[in-house]
Amino acid sequence: MEQIVALLVGALVAAAVYLMLSRSIVRFLFGLVLISNAANLVIFAAGGLTLGAPPLVPEGADAPPALVANALPQALVLTAIVIGFGLFAFALALVYRAYTALGTTDSDEMRIAEPDERKTKTPQQPADADPPQRTLEAAE
Amino acid sequence: MSWLLTIPIALPFLTAVAAYLTRERPAAGWISVIGSAALLAASAALMAAVLRDGVVAGQMGAWPAPFGITLVADLLSAVMVVITAITALAVAIYALGDRSIAQERLGYHALFQVLIAGVTGAFLTGDLFNLYVWFEVMLISSFGLLVLGGSKAQLDGGIKYVALNLVSTILFLTGIGLLYGMTGTLNMADLAITLPQVENQGLVTIVAMLFMIAFGMKAAVFPLFFWLPASYHTPAFSVSAVFAGLLTKVGVYALIRMFTLVFTADVGFTHTILLWVAGFTMVTGVLGAAAQQDFRKILSFHIVSQIGYMILGLALLTPLAIVGAVFYLVHHIIVKANLFLVSGVANRLTGSTDLGRIGGLYASAPLLAILFLVPAFSLAGFPPLSGFWAKYVVVKASLDAEAWILAAAALVVGALTIYSMTKIWAEAFWKPHPDGITPRLSAIPARDRAFLIAPIAGLAVLTCIIGLAPEPFVQFAERSAEQLLDPTAYVTTVLGPEALGSVDVARLAVPK
Repeated sequence: MEQIVALLVGALVAAAVYLMLSRSIVRFLFGLVLISNAANLVIFAAGGLTLGAPPLVPEGADAPPALVANALPQALVLTAIVIGFGLFAFALALVYRAYTALGTTDSDEMRIAEPDERKTKTPQQPADADPPQRTLEAAE
Repeated sequence: MSWLLTIPIALPFLTAVAAYLTRERPAAGWISVIGSAALLAASAALMAAVLRDGVVAGQMGAWPAPFGITLVADLLSAVMVVITAITALAVAIYALGDRSIAQERLGYHALFQVLIAGVTGAFLTGDLFNLYVWFEVMLISSFGLLVLGGSKAQLDGGIKYVALNLVSTILFLTGIGLLYGMTGTLNMADLAITLPQVENQGLVTIVAMLFMIAFGMKAAVFPLFFWLPASYHTPAFSVSAVFAGLLTKVGVYALIRMFTLVFTADVGFTHTILLWVAGFTMVTGVLGAAAQQDFRKILSFHIVSQIGYMILGLALLTPLAIVGAVFYLVHHIIVKANLFLVSGVANRLTGSTDLGRIGGLYASAPLLAILFLVPAFSLAGFPPLSGFWAKYVVVKASLDAEAWILAAAALVVGALTIYSMTKIWAEAFWKPHPDGITPRLSAIPARDRAFLIAPIAGLAVLTCIIGLAPEPFVQFAERSAEQLLDPTAYVTTVLGPEALGSVDVARLAVPK
């Protein structure tokens, strides 16, 4: 059982790394989703897999039967999924916003925060990146 | 006792809620200041308790360790919380006069306070999964703060920041999963006991490497620092000051904690890697800064370079080196946050942070020039400022450990730091403004001026105090280093005195 999950994790990580090496930030994001699910599966599998024995205490008993699945990794994975969901929702919104503002999803063309020195030497200066920060008190 | 540990985490959250509810009104900024001042008081109370008792621990929900979540403060945690509160207060006051916060009504003050809550939580937790949660709290609020203005540069920098930090988070999570699989516990004190009993020590080292990469990315060490200079010069000035002061230092703190308490089995392997990382971080950071022509970009690369000194202290793992790392950590937060605050005022006066397009600050704003010189010289390591003692201890430790190359690198990097600082001085302060503007401080409205200058002056005074009277601070760092290198007190406070019963105490202490 663990071996199957381990192979699955390997496949997910391989696919994720392939996607994340792409210049397109949308593909990068998909890679991130895959690798985070791989991480969740690692927690799940590392905690030990128990087939068909939910960690429930039968009615009338004080303790669960002899062999039950470990509930803690499940709780950890659940927390990680919830946090991951929030982060990806933000990342997706950010990528969309960046696409509408910068007009590209190619990370090579995103050179506003770190302009390419060779290109900025030419007269074609990039439009000023962040006008709201330039409050020119002295010029008033 | 546990209220002492929970209040520094709960207070910023409460402040955040109050600040969010009043986000449309100027009161939000004041709520943030009051909340930060209360946090400073709470952290001082915690510090007093830690100084008295050594280590303070509290079990959340009264679940005994290692089953519940433990909050624990030793000297290192306590001083980090105090310094977080000082930075938060300084930046909260500065934010009252900072016009570069473009979208205050979107909840800047609330996000700022959540960030502070995440940082203090990360410093106080004694549970690895809980540390992951605090990292996420910190991360999501820093994402929001970074792109709040919505400018193109912020979105561009934000993408890189978000992408690389999420990768590091996932590595951290994977490491947690594997560690749990090996030991069945995630309590750090418990891990310190159970990890040496794991049969497959090779696997422990591999997991240690996962953690080193994850925290190293947060701490912006070579070769994982590329997100930092890509993003730190884009947000509002108050935001970049708090990022520069605190965020990378949480990564350094996590590295120090994990590689003195938990992963000490194969010091020869892990800490040798850290040693090389430290050297390359120092050198690449300072060389990157030398190539920059922007006030904040230079400072951003210097964060990277200075992180190298702290990692060097950790990597040498001698008592003196750890003293240096702790001292450096505290000194650096104050100085670096202050320099970013100064860059904000310089931008306000001259209209840019591009060194080619500004100037004339020395002639027209001499007060700002002096307030820049204090943290700048401290960063470069001029006596008698705080940076001198920090560098002195780290360099002395590396000479004692006969790490000649690294000691030489540390000294050369210090000299190159002076080069960068003099470049800022010559361009922004000394030469006349290219547009003929005389950027006077009196051009800023009196109210804004007070809020901008007061925190800068306060942090500069603190730098001078640490520099002129370093003895109590060094003694404190020595006590803290003792605790870090011999975690017996830490472990017994968390797990109870009987926890060490069967374990050889000597195995816990870091091998000499």
